[in-house]
Amino acid sequence: MPTVAFTSALQRFMPVPPTSVEGATVRAALNVVFASRPALRGYVLDDQGVLRRHVNVFINGELVRDRVHLSDAVARDDEIYVFQALTGG
Amino acid sequence: MTERLHVGTRKGLFEIVRRNDGWDIAEVRFLGDPVTAVLADGNNIYAGLDLGHFGAKLWRREGSNEWQELPAPAFPPKPEDADDDPHPWSLGKIWGIEPGGVPGRLWIGTMPGGLFRSDDGGESWALNEALWRRPERKKWMGVAGGEQPGISNVLVDPRNPADIRLGVSTAGVWASTDTGMTWDLINQGMYNEYMPPEHAGDPIAQDVHCLARCAADPASMWCQHHNGVFRSEDRGATWHEVTAIRPSKFGFAVVAHPRDAGTAWFVPAVKDERRVPADGAVVVARTRDGGESFEVLRQGLPQRHAYDLVWRHGLAVDDSGECLALGSTSGGLWISEDGGDSWATLDARLPPISVVRFAAA
Repeated sequence: MPTVAFTSALQRFMPVPPTSVEGATVRAALNVVFASRPALRGYVLDDQGVLRRHVNVFINGELVRDRVHLSDAVARDDEIYVFQALTGG
Repeated sequence: MTERLHVGTRKGLFEIVRRNDGWDIAEVRFLGDPVTAVLADGNNIYAGLDLGHFGAKLWRREGSNEWQELPAPAFPPKPEDADDDPHPWSLGKIWGIEPGGVPGRLWIGTMPGGLFRSDDGGESWALNEALWRRPERKKWMGVAGGEQPGISNVLVDPRNPADIRLGVSTAGVWASTDTGMTWDLINQGMYNEYMPPEHAGDPIAQDVHCLARCAADPASMWCQHHNGVFRSEDRGATWHEVTAIRPSKFGFAVVAHPRDAGTAWFVPAVKDERRVPADGAVVVARTRDGGESFEVLRQGLPQRHAYDLVWRHGLAVDDSGECLALGSTSGGLWISEDGGDSWATLDARLPPISVVRFAAA
C-alpha cells in the first residue's frame, strides 16, 4: 500500500503520523486519510477540493502534475509526501 | 465597564485584563498564527485564524474550557454556470464574526465576499446563497489592490435580528430586512474619488472601509470611507459627508457610541500614498454632535514620530461607551476609560494588531 506522510508544520495543529492506505491516485489515498481525520482535509485542500496554493504534494520526490483533480497515479510501494511551500516572515 | 479585551494580531491572540494597577496581558493563544477576527459572545470566544499555507480556520473557547477548532465556513461546490465568476469559491479570510441577535446565531463576513450563518454556536455554517448569487457580486472589487473583496462589517439590529447591514470593501452597503433571505444595495450619497468620474457616485463602487451602528438607535450609522467620513440617519439608505472630521478625512476605523447616536470615534490618517498618521502623531477624532464638530484626542497617545496605522477592526468601544481600545499596525495598544479623553499605553510590544474586541461587562 502507498504511504502518506505530512509536513511537520502540520503536526502543530494535529497529529498526522505517516499512514499506509489503499488508493490508486493521490486523491484516493488522501481521501482515506481524511476519512479518519476530517479536520485535516481543509488544511491540505481548499473548499473546491483543489490543493492549496502553498501546499505541495510529491510522489517519491516528484511533484504531482495535477493539483486540481489530484489524479496522479500511485503504485503499491509509492511514498506520498504533503509539504508546505515556505513563504512569509 | 468591561474588564477584558481580546486583541488579534499577526502573531497570535492576546487576552488583556483590567487589574488594580492597570491593564495587562493575562493569556497568549495561537502564538505565531495570524488572528483576523475575534468575537466575545456571552461566555464564548471565537477566533478566526489565517494560517496562510493551510487556510482560514475557526476556533472557539467555551467558558473556561480548552480552545476547540470548529469547522470553518466553506463554500459549496462551484457550479459549471459560475465559470465567469471573478472571485474564488473558497474561503480566503474570516474578516468579521458577529452575534446574530438570537441564541446560537452567528454571522461571519469573509474574503472573497461570502456571508456565512450559523444557528448552532458555530458548529456548522451555511453560505448565504441569496447574497452570493446576486449578479452584481461579480462587480465587487478587491481590497487594497488585492484580488478578493471582503465583507468587513455585519451589523445586526439588536432589537430586530432580521435587520442586517453589511459593509463591503469594495461594494457599498448591503441591507436585508428578512434575515438574509433577500438583499439590496442601498447606499446613496457616497462618492469614490478613485473611480472614473461617471462611476464615482455608483453605490456599488463605494469603498466602505468600516461601518458602525448605534446599538440603541440602529438607524444611526457611520462610515469611514476611503474618501472621507459619511453619516446616515435612515439605516444606511442615504448618506451625507461629514466634512468637519480632522485632522484628515482618510482612515479605516470607526466605532459608534452604544447609546448616544450623536457620538462616534475615528482614527484619521494621511490617505492613499502614505497611510500614516498626520504629522507623525496618533490621534482619535471624536464627535458628540452627530458629526457637526470633532475633538482631536491626543492625551496619552504618541505625538512624535509615530507611524502607527489603525485598521478597520483596530478600534473598539465597550457596552458602556466609556472604555475604548486602539490597536495599531506597529503593535501599539492604548486603552481609554474616559471615552477617549485620555489613553494608557499597554506596556508591551505586540505584533501588528488586526482586531481589538471587548468582552461584555
